[in-house]
Amino acid sequence: MASKPSDMVVSPDEATSGGPMPVKIVVAGGFAVGKTTFIGSISEIEPLTTEAALTKVSEGVDDTSKVATKTSTTVAMDFGRITLGDDLILYLFGTPGQDRFWFMWDELVRGAIGAVVLIDTRRLEECFPAVDYFEENQIPFVVGMNCFDGQATHSPDDVREALAVSPDTPVLLIDARERVSTRDTLLELVQHALVRATA
Amino acid sequence: MSLGDAGDGLRVRPYAITGGRTRAATEVPIEAIVYRTPKGEKAVSSMSLERRQILSILASPQSAAEISARLRLPLGVARVVLGDLVDEGFVALNTRSASGRPDLRLLERVLDGLQAL
Repeated sequence: MASKPSDMVVSPDEATSGGPMPVKIVVAGGFAVGKTTFIGSISEIEPLTTEAALTKVSEGVDDTSKVATKTSTTVAMDFGRITLGDDLILYLFGTPGQDRFWFMWDELVRGAIGAVVLIDTRRLEECFPAVDYFEENQIPFVVGMNCFDGQATHSPDDVREALAVSPDTPVLLIDARERVSTRDTLLELVQHALVRATA
Repeated sequence: MSLGDAGDGLRVRPYAITGGRTRAATEVPIEAIVYRTPKGEKAVSSMSLERRQILSILASPQSAAEISARLRLPLGVARVVLGDLVDEGFVALNTRSASGRPDLRLLERVLDGLQAL
Protein backbone atom coordinates (compact mmCIF):
# COMPACT_ATOMS: atom_id res chain seq x y z
CA MET A 1 0.00 0.00 0.00
CA ALA A 2 1.44 3.35 -1.00
CA SER A 3 1.72 6.03 1.57
CA LYS A 4 -0.66 8.88 1.25
CA PRO A 5 0.40 12.16 -0.29
CA SER A 6 -1.36 14.32 2.17
CA ASP A 7 -0.62 16.71 4.92
CA MET A 8 -1.06 15.72 8.50
CA VAL A 9 -4.61 14.75 9.11
CA VAL A 10 -6.21 14.69 12.47
CA SER A 11 -9.76 14.17 11.46
CA PRO A 12 -12.85 13.36 13.44
CA ASP A 13 -14.44 10.02 12.76
CA GLU A 14 -13.90 10.06 9.02
CA ALA A 15 -10.57 9.65 7.32
CA THR A 16 -10.14 12.51 4.93
CA SER A 17 -6.72 11.51 3.62
CA GLY A 18 -7.97 8.27 2.14
CA GLY A 19 -5.92 6.26 4.62
CA PRO A 20 -7.52 3.84 7.05
CA MET A 21 -9.01 5.11 10.28
CA PRO A 22 -7.98 3.19 13.40
CA VAL A 23 -10.42 2.14 16.07
CA LYS A 24 -9.59 0.11 19.14
CA ILE A 25 -11.01 -2.25 21.68
CA VAL A 26 -9.30 -2.98 24.98
CA VAL A 27 -9.02 -6.57 26.22
CA ALA A 28 -8.68 -6.74 29.99
CA GLY A 29 -8.63 -9.39 32.67
CA GLY A 30 -6.38 -11.05 35.20
CA PHE A 31 -3.14 -12.90 34.68
CA ALA A 32 -3.22 -15.82 32.23
CA VAL A 33 -6.92 -15.50 31.61
CA GLY A 34 -6.54 -15.75 27.86
CA LYS A 35 -6.12 -12.17 26.65
CA THR A 36 -3.38 -12.95 24.15
CA THR A 37 -5.18 -16.09 23.02
CA PHE A 38 -8.33 -14.06 22.48
CA ILE A 39 -6.46 -11.43 20.46
CA GLY A 40 -4.53 -14.04 18.50
CA SER A 41 -7.66 -15.97 17.56
CA ILE A 42 -8.87 -13.15 15.32
CA SER A 43 -5.87 -10.93 14.61
CA GLU A 44 -4.58 -10.95 11.04
CA ILE A 45 -1.06 -10.54 12.38
CA GLU A 46 0.63 -12.62 15.06
CA PRO A 47 -0.03 -10.68 18.25
CA LEU A 48 2.77 -8.17 18.69
CA THR A 49 4.15 -6.93 21.94
CA THR A 50 5.04 -3.35 22.63
CA GLU A 51 6.88 -2.34 25.73
CA ALA A 52 6.61 0.76 27.79
CA ALA A 53 9.78 1.25 29.80
CA LEU A 54 9.55 2.52 33.31
CA THR A 55 12.78 3.58 34.88
CA LYS A 56 13.37 4.87 38.33
CA VAL A 57 16.57 5.67 40.12
CA SER A 58 16.76 4.46 43.69
CA GLU A 59 19.46 4.80 46.28
CA GLY A 60 21.34 1.63 46.96
CA VAL A 61 20.39 0.16 50.32
CA ASP A 62 23.70 -1.59 50.64
CA ASP A 63 26.00 0.55 52.78
CA THR A 64 29.12 -0.50 50.97
CA SER A 65 27.77 0.84 47.73
CA LYS A 66 26.65 4.38 48.15
CA VAL A 67 25.81 4.29 44.50
CA ALA A 68 22.42 4.96 43.15
CA THR A 69 21.04 1.96 41.35
CA LYS A 70 18.67 1.99 38.51
CA THR A 71 15.76 -0.30 38.36
CA SER A 72 13.66 -0.59 35.32
CA THR A 73 10.51 -2.42 34.60
CA THR A 74 8.80 -2.89 31.36
CA VAL A 75 5.13 -3.11 30.81
CA ALA A 76 4.38 -5.45 27.98
CA MET A 77 1.20 -5.04 26.02
CA ASP A 78 0.06 -7.48 23.38
CA PHE A 79 -2.05 -6.29 20.53
CA GLY A 80 -3.54 -7.45 17.27
CA ARG A 81 -5.08 -5.99 14.16
CA ILE A 82 -8.23 -6.67 12.15
CA THR A 83 -8.76 -4.90 8.83
CA LEU A 84 -12.45 -4.11 8.47
CA GLY A 85 -12.30 -2.69 4.96
CA ASP A 86 -10.11 -0.32 2.98
CA ASP A 87 -10.63 2.51 5.37
CA LEU A 88 -11.05 0.96 8.79
CA ILE A 89 -8.68 -0.99 11.02
CA LEU A 90 -9.62 -2.37 14.40
CA TYR A 91 -6.82 -2.79 16.93
CA LEU A 92 -7.21 -5.01 19.97
CA PHE A 93 -5.01 -4.01 22.90
CA GLY A 94 -4.45 -6.32 25.85
CA THR A 95 -4.01 -4.47 29.12
CA PRO A 96 -0.82 -4.89 31.08
CA GLY A 97 -1.60 -7.50 33.69
CA GLN A 98 -0.44 -5.77 36.80
CA ASP A 99 -2.60 -3.23 38.55
CA ARG A 100 0.30 -0.90 39.17
CA PHE A 101 0.30 0.01 35.53
CA TRP A 102 -3.01 1.83 35.68
CA PHE A 103 -1.50 4.86 34.03
CA MET A 104 -1.28 2.86 30.81
CA TRP A 105 -4.98 2.10 30.96
CA ASP A 106 -5.94 5.75 30.61
CA GLU A 107 -4.01 5.87 27.39
CA LEU A 108 -5.42 2.58 26.16
CA VAL A 109 -9.06 3.44 26.74
CA ARG A 110 -8.87 6.97 25.34
CA GLY A 111 -11.22 6.98 22.38
CA ALA A 112 -11.75 3.21 22.53
CA ILE A 113 -15.02 1.61 21.45
CA GLY A 114 -15.04 -0.25 24.73
CA ALA A 115 -13.56 -3.22 26.50
CA VAL A 116 -13.85 -6.96 26.80
CA VAL A 117 -13.20 -8.17 30.34
CA LEU A 118 -12.10 -11.80 30.26
CA ILE A 119 -12.68 -13.80 33.39
CA ASP A 120 -11.83 -17.19 34.77
CA THR A 121 -14.66 -18.09 37.14
CA ARG A 122 -12.18 -19.89 39.43
CA ARG A 123 -10.38 -16.57 39.95
CA LEU A 124 -13.23 -14.17 39.57
CA GLU A 125 -11.82 -11.56 41.94
CA GLU A 126 -8.96 -10.86 39.55
CA CYS A 127 -11.25 -8.98 37.22
CA PHE A 128 -12.75 -6.71 39.89
CA PRO A 129 -10.24 -3.88 39.32
CA ALA A 130 -10.92 -3.90 35.58
CA VAL A 131 -14.69 -3.88 36.06
CA ASP A 132 -14.40 -1.03 38.58
CA TYR A 133 -12.17 0.92 36.23
CA PHE A 134 -14.50 0.63 33.23
CA GLU A 135 -17.57 1.44 35.30
CA GLU A 136 -15.95 4.51 36.85
CA ASN A 137 -14.77 5.75 33.49
CA GLN A 138 -18.04 4.88 31.77
CA ILE A 139 -16.40 2.68 29.20
CA PRO A 140 -18.83 0.24 27.58
CA PHE A 141 -17.74 -3.32 28.35
CA VAL A 142 -18.82 -6.91 28.08
CA VAL A 143 -17.71 -9.76 30.31
CA GLY A 144 -16.42 -12.89 28.61
CA MET A 145 -16.28 -16.06 30.72
CA ASN A 146 -13.47 -18.01 29.17
CA CYS A 147 -14.41 -21.68 29.35
CA PHE A 148 -11.05 -23.40 29.39
CA ASP A 149 -12.36 -26.92 29.35
CA GLY A 150 -15.36 -26.18 27.22
CA GLN A 151 -17.62 -26.30 30.25
CA ALA A 152 -19.18 -23.47 32.12
CA THR A 153 -18.99 -23.89 35.86
CA HIS A 154 -21.26 -20.93 36.49
CA SER A 155 -24.13 -19.36 34.63
CA PRO A 156 -23.77 -15.86 33.19
CA ASP A 157 -26.45 -14.68 35.60
CA ASP A 158 -24.47 -15.98 38.59
CA VAL A 159 -21.42 -14.15 37.33
CA ARG A 160 -23.35 -10.94 36.68
CA GLU A 161 -24.59 -11.07 40.24
CA ALA A 162 -21.17 -11.87 41.68
CA LEU A 163 -19.64 -8.97 39.78
CA ALA A 164 -22.55 -6.67 40.65
CA VAL A 165 -22.55 -5.25 37.13
CA SER A 166 -25.63 -3.61 35.69
CA PRO A 167 -28.31 -5.91 34.27
CA ASP A 168 -27.69 -4.62 30.77
CA THR A 169 -23.99 -5.53 30.81
CA PRO A 170 -23.58 -8.52 28.50
CA VAL A 171 -22.01 -11.55 30.19
CA LEU A 172 -21.03 -14.16 27.64
CA LEU A 173 -19.67 -17.68 27.58
CA ILE A 174 -16.71 -17.64 25.26
CA ASP A 175 -13.85 -19.76 24.04
CA ALA A 176 -10.89 -17.45 23.53
CA ARG A 177 -9.27 -19.94 21.16
CA GLU A 178 -12.11 -19.80 18.67
CA ARG A 179 -12.21 -17.09 16.06
CA VAL A 180 -15.99 -17.14 15.73
CA SER A 181 -16.44 -16.89 19.48
CA THR A 182 -14.06 -13.96 19.59
CA ARG A 183 -15.77 -12.24 16.70
CA ASP A 184 -19.18 -12.68 18.35
CA THR A 185 -17.81 -11.26 21.59
CA LEU A 186 -16.56 -8.19 19.75
CA LEU A 187 -19.89 -7.86 17.95
CA GLU A 188 -21.69 -7.99 21.28
CA LEU A 189 -19.46 -5.24 22.60
CA VAL A 190 -19.98 -2.99 19.58
CA GLN A 191 -23.72 -3.51 19.79
CA HIS A 192 -23.62 -2.70 23.48
CA ALA A 193 -21.60 0.45 22.74
CA LEU A 194 -24.17 1.44 20.09
CA VAL A 195 -27.01 1.04 22.55
CA ARG A 196 -25.11 3.06 25.12
CA ALA A 197 -24.36 5.76 22.54
CA THR A 198 -28.01 6.13 21.56
CA ALA A 199 -29.35 5.98 25.11
CA MET B 1 21.24 8.71 35.53
CA SER B 2 23.94 8.13 33.01
CA LEU B 3 22.93 7.17 29.53
CA GLY B 4 26.26 5.44 29.03
CA ASP B 5 25.69 3.17 32.01
CA ALA B 6 25.84 -0.46 30.95
CA GLY B 7 23.70 -2.48 33.39
CA ASP B 8 20.15 -2.28 32.23
CA GLY B 9 21.12 0.37 29.76
CA LEU B 10 19.07 -1.22 27.03
CA ARG B 11 16.00 -0.11 28.86
CA VAL B 12 17.24 3.40 29.38
CA ARG B 13 19.39 4.28 26.46
CA PRO B 14 16.63 4.50 23.89
CA TYR B 15 15.67 7.83 25.36
CA ALA B 16 19.03 9.07 24.16
CA ILE B 17 17.42 8.99 20.74
CA THR B 18 14.92 11.56 21.94
CA GLY B 19 17.46 13.73 23.70
CA GLY B 20 16.01 12.56 26.99
CA ARG B 21 12.56 13.88 26.20
CA THR B 22 9.65 11.67 27.11
CA ARG B 23 7.08 13.72 25.23
CA ALA B 24 6.92 15.33 21.82
CA ALA B 25 4.98 18.45 20.91
CA THR B 26 2.60 16.29 18.91
CA GLU B 27 0.87 13.53 20.83
CA VAL B 28 0.77 10.29 18.90
CA PRO B 29 -1.97 7.96 20.11
CA ILE B 30 -0.89 4.32 20.40
CA GLU B 31 -3.32 3.28 17.64
CA ALA B 32 -2.70 6.25 15.32
CA ILE B 33 -1.91 5.08 11.80
CA VAL B 34 1.28 6.68 10.59
CA TYR B 35 2.16 7.17 6.96
CA ARG B 36 4.95 8.86 5.06
CA THR B 37 4.49 12.17 3.39
CA PRO B 38 6.19 12.82 0.01
CA LYS B 39 8.79 14.77 1.96
CA GLY B 40 9.34 11.73 4.19
CA GLU B 41 9.72 9.42 1.22
CA LYS B 42 12.42 11.59 -0.26
CA ALA B 43 14.24 11.94 3.03
CA VAL B 44 14.58 8.27 4.03
CA SER B 45 18.22 7.78 3.09
CA SER B 46 19.44 11.00 4.67
CA MET B 47 17.96 10.26 8.09
CA SER B 48 19.58 9.07 11.29
CA LEU B 49 19.28 5.35 12.02
CA GLU B 50 16.10 5.26 14.07
CA ARG B 51 14.30 7.69 11.83
CA ARG B 52 15.42 5.81 8.75
CA GLN B 53 14.15 2.55 10.24
CA ILE B 54 10.80 4.12 10.98
CA LEU B 55 10.44 5.71 7.56
CA SER B 56 11.51 2.46 5.91
CA ILE B 57 8.87 0.28 7.55
CA LEU B 58 6.31 2.94 6.75
CA ALA B 59 6.36 1.71 3.17
CA SER B 60 3.13 0.28 4.58
CA PRO B 61 1.24 2.70 6.80
CA GLN B 62 0.84 1.26 10.28
CA SER B 63 0.03 2.15 13.85
CA ALA B 64 2.42 3.62 16.38
CA ALA B 65 2.06 0.37 18.35
CA GLU B 66 3.15 -1.72 15.38
CA ILE B 67 6.12 0.52 14.70
CA SER B 68 7.19 0.25 18.33
CA ALA B 69 6.84 -3.54 18.36
CA ARG B 70 8.50 -4.20 15.01
CA LEU B 71 11.49 -1.97 15.70
CA ARG B 72 11.65 -3.03 19.36
CA LEU B 73 11.55 0.58 20.42
CA PRO B 74 9.83 1.20 23.74
CA LEU B 75 6.46 2.72 23.03
CA GLY B 76 7.28 6.01 24.74
CA VAL B 77 10.41 6.44 22.66
CA ALA B 78 8.64 5.57 19.42
CA ARG B 79 5.93 8.10 20.15
CA VAL B 80 8.41 10.90 20.78
CA VAL B 81 10.32 10.19 17.56
CA LEU B 82 7.06 9.90 15.63
CA GLY B 83 5.77 13.15 17.13
CA ASP B 84 8.93 14.90 15.95
CA LEU B 85 8.57 13.39 12.48
CA VAL B 86 5.01 14.70 12.34
CA ASP B 87 6.11 18.18 13.40
CA GLU B 88 8.81 18.19 10.74
CA GLY B 89 6.42 17.02 8.05
CA PHE B 90 8.01 13.66 7.29
CA VAL B 91 5.04 11.59 8.39
CA ALA B 92 1.37 12.23 9.01
CA LEU B 93 -1.25 10.58 11.18
CA ASN B 94 -4.65 9.13 10.68
CA THR B 95 -6.31 9.22 14.02
CA ARG B 96 -9.53 10.11 15.65
CA SER B 97 -8.95 13.49 17.16
CA ALA B 98 -11.31 13.38 20.08
CA SER B 99 -10.89 11.44 23.25
CA GLY B 100 -14.62 10.74 23.15
CA ARG B 101 -16.16 7.46 22.15
CA PRO B 102 -16.56 6.74 18.45
CA ASP B 103 -19.77 8.13 16.98
CA LEU B 104 -22.75 6.06 15.85
CA ARG B 105 -21.75 6.01 12.23
CA LEU B 106 -18.30 4.68 13.00
CA LEU B 107 -19.70 2.06 15.38
CA GLU B 108 -22.06 0.88 12.66
CA ARG B 109 -19.18 0.55 10.22
CA VAL B 110 -17.27 -1.52 12.77
CA LEU B 111 -20.33 -3.68 13.29
CA ASP B 112 -20.72 -4.24 9.55
CA GLY B 113 -17.04 -5.01 9.21
CA LEU B 114 -17.07 -7.59 12.00
CA GLN B 115 -20.21 -9.22 10.65
CA ALA B 116 -18.53 -9.62 7.28
CA LEU B 117 -15.57 -11.50 8.78
